[in-house]
Amino acid sequence: MLQANPVSAWKVFKQIIQRDIRVASRQRSDLLNPLIFLLIVVTLFPLGVGPGPDILGRIAPGVIWVSALLSSMLGLERLFRDDFRDGALEQMLLLPVPVEISVFAKIVVHWLLTAVPVLVITPLLALLMNLPIQAWGVLWLTLLLGTPVLSAAGAIGVALTVSLNKGGALLSLLLLPLLIPLLIFATAAVEAAVVGVSPAGPLALIGAFMVLSITLAPFAVKAGLRVSVN
Amino acid sequence: MWRWLHPYAKPEATFALNQKLIPWFAIPGLVLVIVSFVWGLAFAPPDYQQGESYRIIFVHVPSAMWAMGFYVGMAIAGVIALVWQIRTAELAILAIAPVGAVLTFISLFTGAIWGQPMWGTWWVWDARLTAQLILLFLYLGVMALYVAFEDERAGAKAASILAIVGVINIPIIHYSVYWWNTLHQKSTVTRAITRLEAPSIAPEMLWPLLVSILAMLLVCAALVLMRLNNEILRREIHRPWALQHLGISFATTDGEQSGKQENKKDQKGGADAV
Repeated sequence: MLQANPVSAWKVFKQIIQRDIRVASRQRSDLLNPLIFLLIVVTLFPLGVGPGPDILGRIAPGVIWVSALLSSMLGLERLFRDDFRDGALEQMLLLPVPVEISVFAKIVVHWLLTAVPVLVITPLLALLMNLPIQAWGVLWLTLLLGTPVLSAAGAIGVALTVSLNKGGALLSLLLLPLLIPLLIFATAAVEAAVVGVSPAGPLALIGAFMVLSITLAPFAVKAGLRVSVN
Repeated sequence: MWRWLHPYAKPEATFALNQKLIPWFAIPGLVLVIVSFVWGLAFAPPDYQQGESYRIIFVHVPSAMWAMGFYVGMAIAGVIALVWQIRTAELAILAIAPVGAVLTFISLFTGAIWGQPMWGTWWVWDARLTAQLILLFLYLGVMALYVAFEDERAGAKAASILAIVGVINIPIIHYSVYWWNTLHQKSTVTRAITRLEAPSIAPEMLWPLLVSILAMLLVCAALVLMRLNNEILRREIHRPWALQHLGISFATTDGEQSGKQENKKDQKGGADAV
């Protein structure tokens, strides 16, 4: 009798993705604000350090990556917070499919909604920061490979802090240290491309981070959610 | 192993074991600290390149080493706390984290002091230094997360998960000096002990260094156990055995006196822990 209406994992995966995209499309400002924040932070740097093209080009990879990191922190809480408040998260944990599947779907949606817009405006950021053109492709690649790490590691942090009232600052404190290696390799890759050396090494490491984080993070997220939802 | 470990899920048993173990760690630890410092600072020969200033190694290397070691210990306590839901393992995280954070800070601080005459700078953004700094942030994150929850056990579980996730950083710190060509020198102790490569340190320097590493471990282990006992006492203060230990029970006159002394000792320790 219990088997009468089996729930397939793939179906749940698709449903969660569809639902979350629909929810997000009804609160567009949540999606746009981190992006505008990213643009404004990148704009601040030329004003702060002076608009000399050589300085800007040299600090461009770091500035763009740090800004991307900070703006991803901004929208991260949205990953589980609303679902936690209205009880949907509890229902998700009770679904008869592995929680990791639902968590992975959440991470995928977060990546689609926050990282893809960043990838789209990356050329604009590179232009603003006067990054040498031969490094644009590598910058884009580091963001493509690195942003899934942000979403996956971010999900762990949010899962741990979602039940706290003022989790925002704590979230950054927990996550940013874990993301420092990513930042180091990403900027190393772009700088290698700027000076004309092969960026393959750092890029391969970022790829390894990505594979590691998207395969292992769902398990840690599940444990974190179990603590938070209780 | 479970049968052997099982009695220590009871805080009372762990407390009693710790009480017995603390002198065994603290006394040899303090003796060895004195031995290694006198040996290292006064008797070991000066370095042919660095002169006398290399002697800070007898603080720097042990603290850096055990900063990582205690982090792994904390993560193991986290695994035990999550898998077997043992309360004392949760308290162990709380006991280890500040000790580890202080060790990490000492290693960074002595490293800066050492770097100033040797590299001509207090700080460089090199892989080893940065990774150690991340370790400090991880310790701080674990402590902050632990106390952020209203429900203490939820906080302990969250901190356990974070500690386990942060273990990724440990191999990065250890191998950072091999993976990247950095200003920081490669590990002399590992090379000397494993004998895979020719040891790059003279035996007259290596021995006091090894003694200082052991001393640091013993002293810090004693500190962790003392902190753990304080935490256990604080949680179990309403239980008869804890009251009896503190001498607050309806004991006989001489029992009360010895109890009062214990009480004073624990209050002092408690103040340190806060």
